[in-house]
Amino acid sequence: MSKYETIEHTADTGVRAFGGTVEEAFCNAAAGMFSIISDPAKVQGKERFEISVEAEDRETLLVEWLNELLYLYDSRGMLMSRFEIDYMSETSLRGAAWGEPIDPARHDLRTDIKAVTYHMLKVERRPEGWVAEVIFDV
Amino acid sequence: MSDLELVQINPLLWEIPRTGDMRVPGRIFADRALIGQASEEHALQQVANVACLPGIVMASLAMPDIHWGYGFAIGGVAAFRLEDGVISPGGVGYDIACGVRLLRSNLIFEEVKESVPGLVHELSRMIPAGVGRRGQIRFGQKEMDAVFTRGAPWVIEQGYGWPEDVDVIEDGGFLPGGDPSLVSHRARERGFAQPGTLGAGNHFAEVQLVEEVFDPQVAAAYGVFKGQLCVMLHSGSRGLGHQVCTEYVKLMGAAAVRAGISLPDRQLACAPIDSPEGREYYAAMACAVNFARMNRQVMTHLIRQSFEYIFKLPAERLGLATVYDVSHNVAKFEEHEVGGETIRVCVHRKGATRSFPAGHEDVPAHYRDVGQPVIIPGDMGTASYLLKGAEGAMRESFGSTCHGAGRVMGRRAARRAIQGHELKKRLEAQGITVRAGSNRELAEEAPEAYKDIDQVVSVCHRAGLSSKVARLRPLGVVKG
Repeated sequence: MSKYETIEHTADTGVRAFGGTVEEAFCNAAAGMFSIISDPAKVQGKERFEISVEAEDRETLLVEWLNELLYLYDSRGMLMSRFEIDYMSETSLRGAAWGEPIDPARHDLRTDIKAVTYHMLKVERRPEGWVAEVIFDV
Repeated sequence: MSDLELVQINPLLWEIPRTGDMRVPGRIFADRALIGQASEEHALQQVANVACLPGIVMASLAMPDIHWGYGFAIGGVAAFRLEDGVISPGGVGYDIACGVRLLRSNLIFEEVKESVPGLVHELSRMIPAGVGRRGQIRFGQKEMDAVFTRGAPWVIEQGYGWPEDVDVIEDGGFLPGGDPSLVSHRARERGFAQPGTLGAGNHFAEVQLVEEVFDPQVAAAYGVFKGQLCVMLHSGSRGLGHQVCTEYVKLMGAAAVRAGISLPDRQLACAPIDSPEGREYYAAMACAVNFARMNRQVMTHLIRQSFEYIFKLPAERLGLATVYDVSHNVAKFEEHEVGGETIRVCVHRKGATRSFPAGHEDVPAHYRDVGQPVIIPGDMGTASYLLKGAEGAMRESFGSTCHGAGRVMGRRAARRAIQGHELKKRLEAQGITVRAGSNRELAEEAPEAYKDIDQVVSVCHRAGLSSKVARLRPLGVVKG
């Protein structure tokens, strides 16, 4: 099974991510988000950022996790390529992301993501594993 | 795709009758072809969802460029009573005060034809555009606070533009009520390196030619004539606005639950206008609106510098004046007639443009006799329009009209169907100079990814929401 696939939406783009565990699905959703921004194969995990977020349920927790990463991208120009979640409950999460600052000579930037939306947001357990779905405003 | 009932009221108006939790009907301005495109997506369901929100008056409306958004449909207009209505960050969108500015000149295209490619190149050098691009202009915290409360007039005082620019920017260049203490550290960080930057996606700076004038008297009042060289700018509040919206969608998700508002879609998160969350969102949104107006004003300054460099004359001598600057993603308090009574409402325009007619007190004094200029950016291979506000908009759409062509094709589908470098060649064969950050982004914004702008504008004209003044053809495009 692939780690993620992009979802087509007339004006926007989303990601459907898969995982054997919910943590894995969340990490793959983050990888999917950064694959929309640039080519993940060219991003090295040089710097580590600790991420800790809280939300009222698992769906909003996904939005918060991705928003945290998007904030690091937009304010500090960080592209991320590796993700890990150490602890996760229904309402909180602790983990880390590894990446490096944008280098225009090496990174071909594809699409700007403005925000992570709540539209059609989904985190669910299926017989084959966890699925996380989210739409971005691009 | 949608199971909703759709009733045709007249050739250009369709209604979704009230069902279930809808408090008012849905109404879509469109001809048969455009309504067909809207019905293929979830856009009509989104119009119906907005009709379920508390305090909504008359109808949940959509303009002919309607397409599927997240939460609210793009092209949506909804007005809410102040007493029991709501304000919704999702009803404004992430790119708060995204909008358009049109600059005119006294240059005649035929006389300066040879200089256009050089001018487009110079504009692309002066205005940072594209994914992840940062600008050169930075403001400190105190200066940012001034931006948040006074927008364009403040930045003009710092030397970015002409004093008379403010007369022809919506609200005199700033929306009152901005409270800088509500703009988070994160929002400030995201906006820090972005003053005077265009952004990516559908944002652009275009050199355009006034190809056709439909209403010579109004065009003259706007200083526009056939054969003239103009510049159109389409951009917004950048990362700062995105962060403000992100924070308030989250906050209001919880606020809606507390207020007992059941949401058909989480992205419709909202709070009563008259509640702490509602008031705070408006005051934070106003800061982002003013940031967007500062941003387009700074880019106006950069455009003038580019013209001066290419034509070796001061911008004043080139007549590089602002025609108008108007936002199409915003919530505003306005007076409208509802059921025979004039009431104050909070109008949300998400991908819709204010379109006030002649005589309205919010139309700049220069234009009060003819009506507010309405600027409609089209796709880069076809055309953009200058319209004027019309009476019909006050009766039917809370003083609103369309905002652009509206997408019909997803970005990935566009990339599959269109090769960026071939599109560039095709545009250049049409005489359009293109300066784009990447071929990939260019393909996503191809003309065929959009609806027919002529058709969209024509529906608004015939429906009486706005009247055609001039059609502008692109000569050169700067994109991300």
